[in-house]
Amino acid sequence: MAQAAALFMPDAPLRLMAGRARAERPDAGRIVFPHPGTSDFDTVALGTQGTLWSYTIQRFPPKAPPYAGPAAFKPWALGYVDLPGEVIVQARLVGMAFDAIRIGMPLQLTRVALDDSADDPLWLPAFAPAEALVAERAA
Amino acid sequence: MSAGVHIVGIGIHPFGRTPGLSGLEQGVHAVRAALADAGVNWGDIQFAYGGSDAAGNPDSMVSHLGLTGVQFINVRNGCATGGSALFSAQMAIRSGEFELGLALGFDKHPRGAFDAKPAEYNLPEWYGAAGYMVTTQFFAAKIMRYMHLHGISRRTLGLVAQKAFANGVHAPHAWRREPVALDTILDAPMVSDPFTKFMFCSPGEGAVALVLASERMARRLGATPIRLAAATMRTRPPGSFEVFAPSIDSGGGTATATRLASAAAFEAAGIGPADIAVAQLQDTEAGAEIMHMAENGFCADGEQEAWLAQGRTQIGGALPVNTDGGCLACGEPIGASGLRQVYENVVQLRGAGGGRQVPGNPRTAYSHVYGAPGVSAVTILQK
Repeated sequence: MAQAAALFMPDAPLRLMAGRARAERPDAGRIVFPHPGTSDFDTVALGTQGTLWSYTIQRFPPKAPPYAGPAAFKPWALGYVDLPGEVIVQARLVGMAFDAIRIGMPLQLTRVALDDSADDPLWLPAFAPAEALVAERAA
Repeated sequence: MSAGVHIVGIGIHPFGRTPGLSGLEQGVHAVRAALADAGVNWGDIQFAYGGSDAAGNPDSMVSHLGLTGVQFINVRNGCATGGSALFSAQMAIRSGEFELGLALGFDKHPRGAFDAKPAEYNLPEWYGAAGYMVTTQFFAAKIMRYMHLHGISRRTLGLVAQKAFANGVHAPHAWRREPVALDTILDAPMVSDPFTKFMFCSPGEGAVALVLASERMARRLGATPIRLAAATMRTRPPGSFEVFAPSIDSGGGTATATRLASAAAFEAAGIGPADIAVAQLQDTEAGAEIMHMAENGFCADGEQEAWLAQGRTQIGGALPVNTDGGCLACGEPIGASGLRQVYENVVQLRGAGGGRQVPGNPRTAYSHVYGAPGVSAVTILQK
């Protein structure tokens, strides 16, 4: 599936694209993700490191449609990640066992394909344990 | 508040699944029961506010009840639909415009979770494709955070569900009327961590009607005086955490419409949480009841762990909560759910609760609804 709306900044490196309410709005300065797509929000690239604010495990296949994940469903972890001083964003949690997930754990932005067998997959925001990504890059 | 408003009649169509009966027909059943309970006729009714989220136009029930030309206004206001109908009805009497009317609500939802579409919530299509249009994720993430901050255990969530099913046994209008053991609840298949399948309510069917009267009319009818001391409805404040949220304001997550509606209701009634003898609190899932105990001012954050362990919210406890089993045992037909709570409170204040009656002649009762898209409605009854 092609990407319908921009979740990530257009250029490398990987950053989430959010909106910051402009001065003319009553909530001026408030950051929202994803960017609402209207001109009363400035574009802001969010920080890539945060801590886990809360989470759950999606244990059953969501109703399809709208769900467009692989037909063979495997449970996945969904979190809210606190990007300090910016906003708390909803994202997949990857690179960790379900029973190792802890609120407050440091996380690093990455991305995950909704269906990695697709030719042009929908890429979703995801976070992995900070140390896991460091190790991956070193390898 | 100035002129008093009294609830002089109550009617309910049992919650659950009723094949062959539309939501509207269940509403008609509830209205007829409420009229009979009040000892009045449909022709005596001067106005009605009727709520339904997904089961048609409430005012079309006049074709069943009689074409009296009555003023009949439809209400559709998310999870606060029933509460909004009741708020509007009591205002119609308080203003002096009318003396006798109805607040009613019904619904009939298909099996399974509510079928929400991204566009209806101003969300991009990828959000649905990703598998995020799933309400259970929100409830789970919200309580997971709360448990972490305030030391609430999974066992306590189980105790909430166990109590709901135990109370539902004694409520003729409840859907689930079998007790469920704590271990069965805790060991059941996980739906969305930390919740098992027994910890969520299901969308369902049902209907409730309440006959409201002015003080003068209530006296003339010779009704047991049950005064509607407060009815409030509020929407979400900045920083709240609601269903289908791709992001939450930094530092947010705890502000909620519930606190606003609750504070306004206590102020209107001129009493505080310690004065309440019985409470019906929104329990979409077991965690909601826990959070709502604190958000409505009945205990501090974290005290729920001890309250549940000590049985303080059971029928015989210091503050019985969800005496008919709440949404967990009754299911959640959106338009009727908030009015069911008020129905149950009237039953309790009349002393008519049978096996689920709160002992000690309760004189004050509290009800609270919360839901999408970040709305809450509260009532306080007194006798």
